[in-house]
Order: sequence, then C-alpha cells, then structure tokens
Amino acid sequence: MFSDLPLLSLVIWTPIIGGVLVLFFSKDEQANSARWISLAFSVLTFVLAIPLYTMFDTTTHQMQFVELTPWITTFDVNYHLGVDGISMPLILLTAFTTVIVVIAGWEVIEYKTAQYMAAFLIMNGLMIGVFSSLDAILFYVFWEAMLIPMFLIIGVWGGPRRVYATIKFFLYTFLGSVFMLVALIYMYSQSGSFGILDFHGLRLSLNEQIYIFIAFLLAFAVKVPMFPVHTWLPDAHVEAPTGGSVILAAIMLKLGTYGFVRFSMPITPDASNNLDWLMITLSLIAVVYIAFVALVQKDMKKLIAYSSISHMGFVTLGFFIVYSIIENTGNAQGAALGINGALVQMISHGFVSGALFLCVGVMYDRMHSRQIADYGGVVNTMPVFAAFMVFFAMANAGLPGTSGFVGEFMVILSSFKANFWIAFAAATTLIFGAAYTLWMVKRVVFGDAVNEGVKKLTDVNNREFFFLALLAVVVLGLGLWPAPLLDVMNATVDHLVIQITQSKI
Amino acid sequence: MDIVIPDFTPAIPEIFILSMACIILIADLYISDDNRFITYLLSLATLVGASLLTINLHTGESVLTFNGTFINDTMADVLKIFIYLVTGVVFIYARGYLQDRNMFKGEFYVLGLFGVLGMMVMVSAHNFLTIYLGLELLSLSLYALVAMHRDSQDASEAAMKYFVLGALASGMLLYGMSLLYGVTGTLDIAEFRTNIGQIADPNQIVLVLGLVLVIVGLAFKLGAVPFHMWIPDIYHGAPTAVTLFIGSAPKIAAFAMIMRLLVDGLGSIHAQWQDILIIMAVLSMGIGNIIAIAQSNIKRMLAYSTISHVGFILLGILAGSKAGYSASMFYTIVYAIMSMGGFGMVLLMSRAGFEADKLDDYKGLNERSPWFAFMMLILMFSMAGVPPTVGFYAKLSVLQAVVGADITWLAVIAVIFSIIGAFYYIRIVKLMYFDKPEDMTPITSNAEMRILLSANSLGVLALGIFPSSLLALCMAAVPNL
Repeated sequence: MFSDLPLLSLVIWTPIIGGVLVLFFSKDEQANSARWISLAFSVLTFVLAIPLYTMFDTTTHQMQFVELTPWITTFDVNYHLGVDGISMPLILLTAFTTVIVVIAGWEVIEYKTAQYMAAFLIMNGLMIGVFSSLDAILFYVFWEAMLIPMFLIIGVWGGPRRVYATIKFFLYTFLGSVFMLVALIYMYSQSGSFGILDFHGLRLSLNEQIYIFIAFLLAFAVKVPMFPVHTWLPDAHVEAPTGGSVILAAIMLKLGTYGFVRFSMPITPDASNNLDWLMITLSLIAVVYIAFVALVQKDMKKLIAYSSISHMGFVTLGFFIVYSIIENTGNAQGAALGINGALVQMISHGFVSGALFLCVGVMYDRMHSRQIADYGGVVNTMPVFAAFMVFFAMANAGLPGTSGFVGEFMVILSSFKANFWIAFAAATTLIFGAAYTLWMVKRVVFGDAVNEGVKKLTDVNNREFFFLALLAVVVLGLGLWPAPLLDVMNATVDHLVIQITQSKI
Repeated sequence: MDIVIPDFTPAIPEIFILSMACIILIADLYISDDNRFITYLLSLATLVGASLLTINLHTGESVLTFNGTFINDTMADVLKIFIYLVTGVVFIYARGYLQDRNMFKGEFYVLGLFGVLGMMVMVSAHNFLTIYLGLELLSLSLYALVAMHRDSQDASEAAMKYFVLGALASGMLLYGMSLLYGVTGTLDIAEFRTNIGQIADPNQIVLVLGLVLVIVGLAFKLGAVPFHMWIPDIYHGAPTAVTLFIGSAPKIAAFAMIMRLLVDGLGSIHAQWQDILIIMAVLSMGIGNIIAIAQSNIKRMLAYSTISHVGFILLGILAGSKAGYSASMFYTIVYAIMSMGGFGMVLLMSRAGFEADKLDDYKGLNERSPWFAFMMLILMFSMAGVPPTVGFYAKLSVLQAVVGADITWLAVIAVIFSIIGAFYYIRIVKLMYFDKPEDMTPITSNAEMRILLSANSLGVLALGIFPSSLLALCMAAVPNL
C-alpha cells in the first residue's frame, strides 16, 4: 500500500511543514499545543520512515525509493532522491532521535518553546534530505540549510558562552562546505550533470582527484570532526541545550562520515588510495590523542564531546583502512568488514552518545551544573537513573553485548589485516575509552552523596524514564543482534568496495 | 532632403513615463499637503502602466529605432520590468519614512520617475551617447534626491560628495567614449563592434586607454573597488528612503550599461578587459567583506556588502560566456531584491526621530517582533549565500560561470571571501535572536509596508526553493553571442 507513495519526500517534508506550523503557536500560553503538535509530527515522520526499512530490498545495491523530477532546468539540477543500505539506517536514526529530542525538551524548554520545537522539526527534515539526496546541489542545499536552525538552537537556548560557540560552529562548517561547492561545480563543468551517481562514474585525473578530495575533506572533516579541525565541537556541545547536543552528536557528525562514503571515496578513489595514510594518521590521532584529552575534562558534556571525536575517528579509520587491507591481502572480504564496522559504529554512536548527553541533561536540569566535581554519589538518590547512566557508559566504552562493541570490534579486527601497529593503536581505545567513561561514572554516580544538592535529587520521572529506556533497548538490541542492520548494509557495502577500488585514471 | 519619422513604438513605455512624470510634476503643484497621497498613487499607477505597456509591446525580437540609437530586446524588457517593480516597492516602503520626516513631497516621486526614465534609457541604449544621456538623467535625479532632506547636514554633505565624484566619473566615461570614437569613428554600438577589428596597430593603445577609462566610469557607477569610496558615505548620509532607491534599481541599470558597452561593444577584446575585471572583482569582494565587519551602522554595513556583491556581479561578466552574463543578470536582480528587503527593514524599524540605523537597534528583535526578525533572518542568510535562499543560487550561478571559464582559482577566492562575509550577516542574526532588546517600543509602520516587506522576504525564500523560472528568464534574456 505504500509502494506508490513518494515516501522519501514525505519523510523530508512532513517535519518541515510541521515545523512551520508549530511556529504559529508561538505565544507563551500556546506552548503546550506547540509541544503536542511537534510530538505528533515527529512521531508521524518516524512512522513514515518505517516502511523504508520494512520494504527495503536487501539484495541490491541500487538506489531504492527513487524520486526524480527536474528542479532547476538551467543547470540540469534534479530533485533526485533515493536511499541505499548506507543512508536508509541513518534516516531511521534521524527520525528516531528527533522524537527523543522533542520528548527530552518537553518541560525543560520554557523560553520560546514553539521556536525551539520548530527548529528541531525543520532540521529533522533537512537532515533526512541530506541522507537521501542523489543530486549534488540538492544535497548541498540541505547540507547548508541545516546550519540555520542549529545556529539558532545553540545561540538562543544555549549556555553562557553560546554566542561564541554558535558563531564558531557556523563559520567552521560554512568554511568547509564552500570548498565542496567549488568541487561540485568543477565536476559539473566536467560531466555536465550534478547527479551524484554520475559523479561516481566520472573519469578524473589523479591531480584533479586530489584537489577534489581535499575540497571534500575540508567539508567533511569539519563535520566529523577530525583532528585538527575538531575544536568547534567541544564548544558547541557544551553550550548547546541538551537537545542540540543530542542532534549534533547523534546525527550531524554522521553527515561528515556519510559524505566520505557517498562522495570522497567513490568519486576520487585514486586520491583516497594515495592519501589514505593521511586519513589513517588523522583518525589514529583522534582515537588516541583525543581519548587522552577526554580523560582530563572536568565538564561532563565536554568529556562526552571529546569521546565523540575519538569514536568518530574509528569510523574514518574503518573507511580508509580498506586500501591497505586490499594491498596486503587482496581480499575484498576484509575490506568490507572494516566499512561495515564503521557504519555500525556510526549508528551505534548515534544512540549511545545521544543517550549520554540526555543523561547529562537529566542531571543538569536538576543541579544546573555540568561539572563532574559538583556531583558524587548520585546513585544514592537516583538509583534508576544511575543504572541507565552506567549502562550507557559501558556501551560508550565498548562493552560486549552493547552496540558500541560491535562496530569497534569489527574495525579493530579489519585493521589487523592491514597493519599490526594501526590495529594496536586503535585497540588502545578499549582501554582509554573505558578509562575516561568509567572514571567519570565513578566520580559522578558512585560513592557517598557529596553535597546537599545531590542529597536533594529526585529520580527520573516517567518522561525521562521513557526515553532513556527506549534508547537502552535499542543499544542492547543492536549489541546482541546486529544482524538486521548488517543485512541491510551488505549488498551496498560490497558494491562500495568494488567501486572504491577501481581506478578512475 | 527626406525626413524619416522614426518608429516610436519601441519607446512607448519611456514616452509614457516621461509624460506622466511631467503631468505629476504639474499636478503636484495644485495638490495640498493633505492630499499628497494622490501624487503617490499616481506615481505607482505610472509604474503599473509602464509595466503593462512593456509587457504588451514585448515581441521577443530585438528592434532598433531612432537611427539605431535605441534598442528594444528581451533583455531590455526584462530589466525594465524589474526596474518598475523595484522602484514601485521603493515608493511604497518610503512613504511612512517620508511622512514621519515631513519629506512626503511630490519631488521624491517625480525625481524617482525621472530616475526610472534614465535607467530605461540606459537599458535600451544602443549608442554611446544614449548611454551617457540615460546615465546623466539618472545621476542628476539621484543627486537631487540625496539632497532632498535640506536640514540634514549629513545629507547635504553626501549630496555634495555624490555630485562631485559622480561628475568626475561621468567625465572619465565620456573621455573614454571620445577616445573610442576617435579610433573607430562611430558612436553606434553595432558599427563600433565591426570597426573595432580594423583598428590600425598604432591606434590599439588608444583603444586600450579608451577601454580603461570606460571601465573606470562603469566601475564607479557600480561601486567596484577601487572606485567605491562614495558608496558608504552616500548610503549613510542619504535619507534611508533614498538609500533604498540608490541601492537597488540603479544596479540593474548599471548592469545593462555594462552589457551594452563592454559586452556588446567591446566584447571582441574580452581578453583585454577580463584581467582588469578580475582584479576589481577580487578587490571588491575582499575590501567590501572585510571592512563591512568593522561597521556599527547598518546602512554603512549594507553599503560595504553592496561593494562585495558588485564583486560577484563582475565575476559573471568577466567569465565572458552567455552563462556568465545571465548569471550576472540573475545576481543583479536578486541583489536588488535582497537590498530592497534589507533597507526596507531599516525603514520598518525607524520612526519619527529614530533612524534605526545602528546595529544595536536590532538587538532582541525576536522578542519584539518574531515575524520581522524571521524576515530579516531570511534576508541576511540570503545575502550571505546560504541555501535555501535565492542568494545561494546567485552565488552558485556566477561561480559556475567562473569555473566554466576555467578560472577555478577565482571561484576559490570568491568562496573564501563569502565566508568572511557570512560573519557580519550572521552577526545581525545574533543581535536579533541572541541578545536582549534594549528598547521595547512596538514597531509602528503602515500595513502596506508590513505586507510588502513580508512578501519581499518570503519571495527571497520562495525563489530559493524554486529558482528555476527566474534563472531560465535570465538565460533567455541574455542575447546569444
């Protein structure tokens, strides 16, 4: 019954229309209507996204649910949508996270509630648009438009240094993306089309590829974020309201790594091959060095932000290790393992980091502090919450049985096929990750209640219990039985491995 | 001796505007201050009438008349329509501001209409002299408009500066034209184009000198660096209603002047002027965007932003392709619409005795009026070139033309400057949304202004979601080379 509906368009435009609608309920006394309408639209979006999974054909790498309409005829730009095994799970993740964020902001946001909810709904549509665009200009429009609501979310509802953080966030990401725009235009001048799939088949000399690769790298590395352009992230995370942090960590960062698999690697495979040492080095710096940075943080949100950078390093490592694996073993199987691991890591990190930010949000709403030193012995007054927090911390540290383990393990396993020392460095994260997360949990959750504030804490209410439990179920589910996710990706990843290893020179 | 009666048909809109301007000028003498509204309505009716005439007389062919000094083609028609549109909106935006300052006089509208006539002549000129004629008609109207607020010292100073510098630039342009006449023996653009290939070697240097002087004149009128000095002072000093006019419609006419002079006339020596334009474009984007950051007055900030936008307009022209010219045309029209909205916001916020021209006056606008804060947000992001606003497609199309002309490095420089530019646009957004308001006076302005300004901003957004038709229109309007 769904097969003839333009599902992707519905999933993109439902939340955007909902967001605009919510804006009309901006009076203070209408805040409750704004909340319910937002919830309705975000749930509706998620429901509409479910058929994308249930009706997904796992046997093919071809784009599915394709929609193609001419849009800007002068430049041959089409409204071209479609998903494959890489983008479809990310769309579900986005729709799911938005529901959580709407619930999480329910009582907490009292200042301009309607605008807050509207920003998240509109951003939801735009992010799904990024994941489903098959036309470079359409992709770029969604990619950049997303900055506007995020800029406002951090700036309006953020912490004390929000203005600095949000302008830094905006300029950093804008800086990266405009170079991508030039690269896209250049490829258009070579191929006469803005179709991403046409770019995949476009022949380019090594020199051209390297320039294009660097342009993409600037755009995506800022979003991921990779060392050394990661400095906006801790600032943005710390100052953003809880919902903003969740969206940033769970989805925005994935846009960068998604860009690598959708653009950089298939379009410039030779440049990716030539420069994989650079990418691996940067990834390892992120994994190891940033883990140390996370260890010394005094602010919980900052700690989780650095932990995100470190985890995202795993994703980029999983992508770019492919070239050395094939060089060493000639075996595409191992290469696919690395990419699969990286993709699982993307999804898993979306849930885990989102959940951790929500945990910090729950505490912040009660104590108005994010400093680790202000807490201690939270378990005495908030036992249920403490259980969730410990669970998500374990997932963040990559405990087997949680989703965090699956991706990391696959990436480490595949890097052993490339180089022992790379694998060794990557594997240290299991130690450092455990160190910084569990140490934080120890200081915050366990021990005796350190001050009057902690003694007066009340445990999670139903609303908070609901979204934390929902996330816990997903994290545990993906950890114990990742097969549904892997099945969806398999055909696409196999095709991707072939695509990115064929020379285009 | 035969006297040939020229074909007046292609110039009917011009004749109509001229007659109406004269009628309004006389009628206004008999209208008391209380009934000044009639002048205002008559002026608007004139513009509507002229648009209808232009649309009805549109043939899609290019027609020459008055001995080849006047041309009417699709480009002229499209540009004229936008000139009417922009001027009409300017008239409506300006009303409240003028009334508050006791400047709601017939002169504003009559001078405005003469300015429109000058622009129309520039757009349709096919002879160096016609171009000059149109330009002077426009400039003289603008000088007088700037000086209209006689009691204001700033305005008088701005008018004086504008007049002296403008006269200097006109002189340069005229001198350049006379040199070009000297080497080719003609002022007619079509003849000029054929004669230019037959210039003897020793005269080439004269040709280049003439070219440089013409470019100086054009650059001054557009406001490209290094001939931009007048823009901030005049934008700042002039009454905002006049700034709004100077900042929007004349850019469209200036674009037409470049198309007629540089592209139609001097197109065959494109290689000679391309480098000059590259330097001017880079300097305009750079200086415009960097100095705008340091401004605390929004009119000055928008003035420097104009300079940077001019740099982008030049990018399309220097690419030297049909795609490039139509991209520039698109950019110019989009710029006129955005700048109309930007200065329109300044007018909206102002009231009797309060100019609203400080950046700080925009603090906390989201608290005072969420709707207009959102409208300004759209305009600012559009000027910064962030999708889904039309400003993005303007940048996209010129960048595409530049990359298509194999000058990718220039596109890279352009995007770097657009990042710098983004800073001061989002600073306005920051002031409106993140800061607390300092003054909670409600925004009082007439309903037509509110509706039109909202339509203006939403138009910027709508054109950003469906840019196809305007792009196609510009593509069709630019003559094939």
